[in-house]
Amino acid sequence: MRLNGVVSATPPILEIRGLRKSFHHVEVLRGIDLSVAPQELVFIIGPSGSGKSTLLRCCNRLEEPTGGSIRVDGVDIMARSTDINAMRRRIGMVFQSFNLYPHMTALGNVALALVKVLRRPRKEAERVALAALDRVGLSEKAAAYPAELSGGQQQRVAIARALALEPKLMLFDEPTSALDPELVGSVLNVMRELKRGGMTMLVVSHEMRFARDAADRVIFLDHGAIVEEGPPEQIFSQPERTRTRAFIADIAR
Amino acid sequence: MEFHSAFLEAFFKWELIQRYFPAIMKGVGVTIEIAAAVVFTGICAGLALAVIRAFRARSINVVIVLFADAFRALPPLVLVLLVYFGLPNLGINLPSFAVLWIVLSLVLAAFCEEIFWAGILSIAKGQWEAARSTGLTFVATLAYVVLPQAVRLAVPPITNRTIAITKNTALGTVIGVGEILNQATTAQSFSGNATPLMMGAIAYVILFIPVVVLGRFIETRFRWRRA
Repeated sequence: MRLNGVVSATPPILEIRGLRKSFHHVEVLRGIDLSVAPQELVFIIGPSGSGKSTLLRCCNRLEEPTGGSIRVDGVDIMARSTDINAMRRRIGMVFQSFNLYPHMTALGNVALALVKVLRRPRKEAERVALAALDRVGLSEKAAAYPAELSGGQQQRVAIARALALEPKLMLFDEPTSALDPELVGSVLNVMRELKRGGMTMLVVSHEMRFARDAADRVIFLDHGAIVEEGPPEQIFSQPERTRTRAFIADIAR
Repeated sequence: MEFHSAFLEAFFKWELIQRYFPAIMKGVGVTIEIAAAVVFTGICAGLALAVIRAFRARSINVVIVLFADAFRALPPLVLVLLVYFGLPNLGINLPSFAVLWIVLSLVLAAFCEEIFWAGILSIAKGQWEAARSTGLTFVATLAYVVLPQAVRLAVPPITNRTIAITKNTALGTVIGVGEILNQATTAQSFSGNATPLMMGAIAYVILFIPVVVLGRFIETRFRWRRA
């Protein structure tokens, strides 16, 4: 199944070709081509309704693409022969609204997939889960329920939940948009740590300062198509397209 | 003073209390048996139907919805009579105890299915997405993430509905199930006095007040802040 695994020296972790997605008769994505190399952090920006979240959600088929192809770690995730559940555990996802399981402790949230998907024994799963919580600085909150945690802590637990499965790629869907301003920093610091550790990341976010100092590449999406892409200095300081310039001016206010 | 003794004579005649106490107690036993059986099968069947409905197979769901609507709409007494007098014509002869148990279980199942289903629907889409994004299957997500939350939400309404349906065990009297009311009405027709009926009423109160109190306890125990 690894059709593309040995073609080049560093094959991309994520390779999207001609991706299209329509909801009823509205075309939200109109042919997206995007490659993300190992250890790369790619930032997606764009006005609301531009298709950023849909693009991200197509990458693990939470949304079913209408057309095109998506390869993750060389595997065509659209192929009928592909076990999407097996692929999803290699693609971590972090949501705007955290989506922690309220009836489980932080440790339970992180350990669930280790036990039920990877079939690890409970003891071992909890050890791995605790290590993941430690990576996001929350091992002392292992026994806390989500309702007892701040938004920033909940989001870090959510990151640990994805991290514990040792994904090849992490998708972040506006991870700080639901947070109070003073809590944003702690989540971004965890993401910086991940970047330093060599995680491949695709991030939809409005945190422009974070994008400037952490992103390898910024993609500007508008009306379901990539308008412009490049290193952050270029996109933020010398955007070539009028639409990009207008958007950057809007968010810089 | 005159009325006072007439009242005691009509509802609390000591001699009749002594004579019919064993019969009423026998009725209490039968009522407890049916009630326990109905609660168990009704809630389990309701949960099973709600889980089946979660798979969203169109044709199956149409049947479940029709069943739930019909059994919630019909008065249980109609169902009891229909089954008891109808089935023998099909060559199926069930004891009256079984008829009452099956009918009340189906009625409770119909209500529980709707309550559990409402609980399942009320779980945010993000819970499903988070679980599926870690590789959990649909069934695993339902079992470990959605149902534990949905069942918790369903406990208070299920408790109320269970108490309401369990009281319908008294309908067994019309088809000769020897439960409390049946024993009481039989004794009343032999003695020509309402004392056995009063005994039955008191037995119901003694039996169901702990259930109502337990229900209230379970409700407060399971009321829980959502994140």
